[in-house]
Amino acid sequence: MSQQAILLLGYLIGSVTFIVGLKMLSHPDSARKGNLVAAAGMVIAILVTIFLYRYDRTDANPEGLPLGNYGWIFGGLVIGTVVGTMIAKKVQMTAMPEMVSLFNGMGGACAMLISIVEYGHIQHSANPVAGTGILTVIVLGMIIGTVSFAGSMVAWGKLAGKVKDRTIPAGQAINFMIFGALIVLAVMVIGGFTTSPIVFYSILALAALYGVLFVMPIGGADMPVVISLLNSFTGVAAAFGGFLYDNPVMLTGGILVGSAGTILTILMCNAMNRSLKNVLIGSFGGGSTGSVAGDKEQGHYKEISLNDTAVLMAYAQKVMVIPGYGLAVAQAQHICHELEKVLNEKEVEVVYGIHPVAGRMPGHMNVLLAEADVPYEKLLEMEDANDQMSTTDVVIIIGANDVVNPAAKDDPSSPIYGMPILEVEKAQHVIVNKRSMKPGYAGIENDLFFRPKTSMLFGDAKKVLQDLVAELKQV
Amino acid sequence: MNALDTLFTDPATYRLLTIVILSIFLGIEVISRVPSVLHTPLMSGANAIHGVVIIGAIIVMGQAPADDYLALTLGFLAVILGTLNVVGGFVVTDRMLEMFGKKKKKK
Repeated sequence: MSQQAILLLGYLIGSVTFIVGLKMLSHPDSARKGNLVAAAGMVIAILVTIFLYRYDRTDANPEGLPLGNYGWIFGGLVIGTVVGTMIAKKVQMTAMPEMVSLFNGMGGACAMLISIVEYGHIQHSANPVAGTGILTVIVLGMIIGTVSFAGSMVAWGKLAGKVKDRTIPAGQAINFMIFGALIVLAVMVIGGFTTSPIVFYSILALAALYGVLFVMPIGGADMPVVISLLNSFTGVAAAFGGFLYDNPVMLTGGILVGSAGTILTILMCNAMNRSLKNVLIGSFGGGSTGSVAGDKEQGHYKEISLNDTAVLMAYAQKVMVIPGYGLAVAQAQHICHELEKVLNEKEVEVVYGIHPVAGRMPGHMNVLLAEADVPYEKLLEMEDANDQMSTTDVVIIIGANDVVNPAAKDDPSSPIYGMPILEVEKAQHVIVNKRSMKPGYAGIENDLFFRPKTSMLFGDAKKVLQDLVAELKQV
Repeated sequence: MNALDTLFTDPATYRLLTIVILSIFLGIEVISRVPSVLHTPLMSGANAIHGVVIIGAIIVMGQAPADDYLALTLGFLAVILGTLNVVGGFVVTDRMLEMFGKKKKKK
């Protein structure tokens, strides 16, 4: 077999593993293996590229030239691998969403850099007029990669609490103008009307600005959807690299993620019963929701002591725990499992009601509770949880808010109206653990807290649960 | 219309176009009907896969002339960032899914 044939065979294997890997990732039983399959394919694709890729094939030299700079390549690979593994291993389960965003940004930046270097090549070559096709691929790859990079960094900052939600005055109009300018400048470069590097770097700057402004006004609660969207952007940017180098594995991998990512984004929106447009434009926590949160007559809420909570739970038949982001922030998953065990010793049945978008990402709670060894069959999906609600004596809500907000059912003016919720009021008692009366992530007041069945148990989730477990042991 | 003509008459371009179209359908097909529990790991896995852009970075790096420091630096940076995307992506996904594996055994 010739080297070229082995190279292409390696790429083919890579493409197939990506497809099979993605397919396996979408089933719980095979997901982990699917990830490894795709990773193996990636290693093969990288190795064949390093050793067998040839460039500059001419009639005089049909074999082409092998890649050089092995020291640099392996240096980069080693640094990236060591740092990447360290970050990924060290990060806490709660910080997973921002990690995905961070790594996504790295991929976008990689695509951006490739375009910059390739444009530089054209500029320095003897014939600085390149074909329309090549220029299209370089410019579009750079724009999309840069938007994805800048946007992911903002999303990462938001999830890590470093960047606050900010509505920019006339943000829509400004974004529109930047977008228009990007198109004009891109046409100038692609059409060969200018070869000025200033224009090219203006595109770079505008794309970065666009990425920032595009994500900035979107509320933190919607970040998962945005990250998923940016994820598919990076896929498309990678595919442009595939066009540039006529490289089948970059093309299939990139497009596959591009289309799968788009579908995933839509699925996530569906889980929240919202449209993508609604997420991107009608952002949560913006000015429009202020009236809902502000001036309504609040009524009274009642507090419950730890001791009363312990007694109530100890004499219940069935307790349902509804976790939310508060549980994740407080790292209370282990003590939550402890609570479950103590209750089980008292022959109280404990189940968990998991809303599909509880936490900051779909599946966030499942991952978190699985980390604390909570058995899989105790985690009920929303529909099952709602079915069992009427036979539940005590519902304890730990750091969840919007997913139990009755406004989603009764108040058409609420920004979350129409989102399916956990109907906790069908249970006998509702206990809400929160740090304060502040509204949740979506910035919407929750009427549930003022309902007659509801009692408030204030405090940090971990601390409260620890005290609760101690109390329960004495009951 | 010249550019459009090339798209269909040049065999290499046409081949790429075919791959793109088929991959789009494949991506949609592969993802539909995923339980919401798996949305996050799936996104993370897809995130790792688009790290395939690293191949472009390797090609850029490997072609850079030894005296072109700008290309060398940018290429080197691209290789590091691409590797971060690939390695970080796969490791994070594996860590998420490790949790799923654990509970399966206990069943």
